[in-house]
Amino acid sequence: MLEIKNLHVQLEEEDKQILKGVNLTVEAGKVHAIMGPNGSGKSTLSYVLSGKDGYEVTDGEATLDGEDILDMEPEERAAAGMFLAFQYPVEIPGVGNMTFLRTAVNAQRKARGEEEMSASEFLKVIRAKAKDLKIDADMLKRPVNVGFSGGEKKRNEILQMAMLEPKMCILDETDSGLDVDAMKLVADGVNALRDEGRGFLVITHYQRLLDHIKPDVVHIMADGRIIKTGGPELALEVENNGYADILAEVA
Amino acid sequence: MALPQIKQDATDARLAALEMPQGGWSQAAREDALSRVRSMGLPGARDEYWKYTRPDTLVQPDAPQAALLETDEAPIFGEVDRLKIVFVDGVFSAEESDDLAMDHVNIDRLADASDIHWAKDVYGVLEARGQTPVQRPLAALNTAFATDGLLIHVTGKAPKPISLIYRHASETSDAILHHVVKVDSGAELTLLENGPAAARFNKCMEVEIADGGVFHHIRAQGRDHERRAVTGIFTRLGEESVFKSFTLTANGVLTRNECVIELTGDNAVAHVAGACVGDGDFHHDDTVFITHDALNCESRQVFKKVLRNGATGVFQGKILVKEGAQKTDGYQISQSLLLDEDSQFLAKPELEIYADDVACSHGSTSGAIDEEGLFYLRSRGIEEGPATDLLTIAFLAEAVMEIEDESLQDEINGRVEAWLSRRRG
Repeated sequence: MLEIKNLHVQLEEEDKQILKGVNLTVEAGKVHAIMGPNGSGKSTLSYVLSGKDGYEVTDGEATLDGEDILDMEPEERAAAGMFLAFQYPVEIPGVGNMTFLRTAVNAQRKARGEEEMSASEFLKVIRAKAKDLKIDADMLKRPVNVGFSGGEKKRNEILQMAMLEPKMCILDETDSGLDVDAMKLVADGVNALRDEGRGFLVITHYQRLLDHIKPDVVHIMADGRIIKTGGPELALEVENNGYADILAEVA
Repeated sequence: MALPQIKQDATDARLAALEMPQGGWSQAAREDALSRVRSMGLPGARDEYWKYTRPDTLVQPDAPQAALLETDEAPIFGEVDRLKIVFVDGVFSAEESDDLAMDHVNIDRLADASDIHWAKDVYGVLEARGQTPVQRPLAALNTAFATDGLLIHVTGKAPKPISLIYRHASETSDAILHHVVKVDSGAELTLLENGPAAARFNKCMEVEIADGGVFHHIRAQGRDHERRAVTGIFTRLGEESVFKSFTLTANGVLTRNECVIELTGDNAVAHVAGACVGDGDFHHDDTVFITHDALNCESRQVFKKVLRNGATGVFQGKILVKEGAQKTDGYQISQSLLLDEDSQFLAKPELEIYADDVACSHGSTSGAIDEEGLFYLRSRGIEEGPATDLLTIAFLAEAVMEIEDESLQDEINGRVEAWLSRRRG
């Protein structure tokens, strides 16, 4: 599904290499996790894949179902099935959450040549999905993420994911700022979306989230590269021993 | 004191081109207003109050030509249940207007009101009060020479809004309209206004609101690109009365909207808001002066401007809190969204406070589209154009939400959306 080959990325504004040859393949139906110390390039990877400005790809490629995504605009990637759950969801005062979601759903449908969702159909679907995530009518009506708690923002990200039904979901430190209950709720939301046609890339610092969202593959990233890949046990190893051993091992 | 020669000449030239309507109850007020104009002189480029907006085309004897806008867009407020009153190039059109009868509201024409009239306590009176501490000569000129307008006396709760429609039919029309609204104690009216009115439009509206009266005003100024307008609202509020005014301005080469508010009764509330969207040859000026002269009053000024392709926005807003006006709650915000580097926003927020137990805040910002927000929307599949539009509408929201009636908010947002999508082509 998602194939990243030898991806090299530097910042546009300064001559600083962040990703130094990332190789990664996420298969449909699988959950891959990326762990790694601060500054290893995890978030950069998620931004580059979703098309944020400010990064320059100097080498390598990334494809989604064989299609080169790096030349696409962010909205084209979204329509192609890419979704990033933001580490820091952006507040947009003045735009109602519901309006935002309906605009997004229909923009993607339109881009794919599908029929737009009617207002009543949309309402029906969103109500059901919001209920599962304990998102009430008030949160749907309020401006996007404005005045939301940390947990509410992350639940709202998962709601967007549920509504947009992407092929490839990237979760960037979705566990940050969440208490145990909120994490459980978010994880349940993600697990409900696990499907044989959908791939997940879960970026996290901690093993905790992976207790709830069980990964098939765990990668360790450091200094702009994937330095080790293994099964779920690799996450436990990090939890118990930190990154030092692994870093020493590959050095 | 003699006026500077250049001002004297400009004033003389303008006055020579005008003819004062004669006779009737307004005669004395008109004569007074004329003497105010003569002593003040009409605005010139050197006047401090006109520092950011050139008044010459508003002052010159003839209106600069303004092409009529060709559009198949249905006029705004078309779906609202309302009493419709139409002016064509500043002249009342009985043919196109509804019957001027409505429960709890008496409507007369300024042009044909009888000799003894209630409006003489208001006509030119509030405008004259608004001449200090800052002179507003174009409003005095209006009082002296207005050729048409309405006298609206609201005695109870009006069953539906009065909707004034200003059609622009001639490329050289020069309209001077003056309305007087008197809202009795406990009475309530919503007034809608839309349309370009004329090539050049000078409009003055005096609104006297008695204790417990409520007045809502929602206006959409016409989109004719070359039209010019100078408008003044002069209002005085009694105890526990409410005044709320919102204006949408899209296009128009020059607009100066002044609003002068006097809170004279305790616990009164005055909100004035504006949203404008300008592209290219567009200059929009909001000038507001709010005087708190009673206890526990609330005032809000919320002005938002979206500017592109060299458009200019101006905001001059002042809150004056007089001695003894304790517990005043004053809020003022003026913000611009500059969609490129050619556009500019000039703001002069002022506070002058002579009471010691008040809360007044003001803020002014200029900025570009929020890149983080834009990426967030695009990452959800919304294209750059519509995403920018969504953020633009969001930027204007605080002003639009000053309109209490949600369906009217939707009408205004619909106009902004249409304007934005036309810009995207």
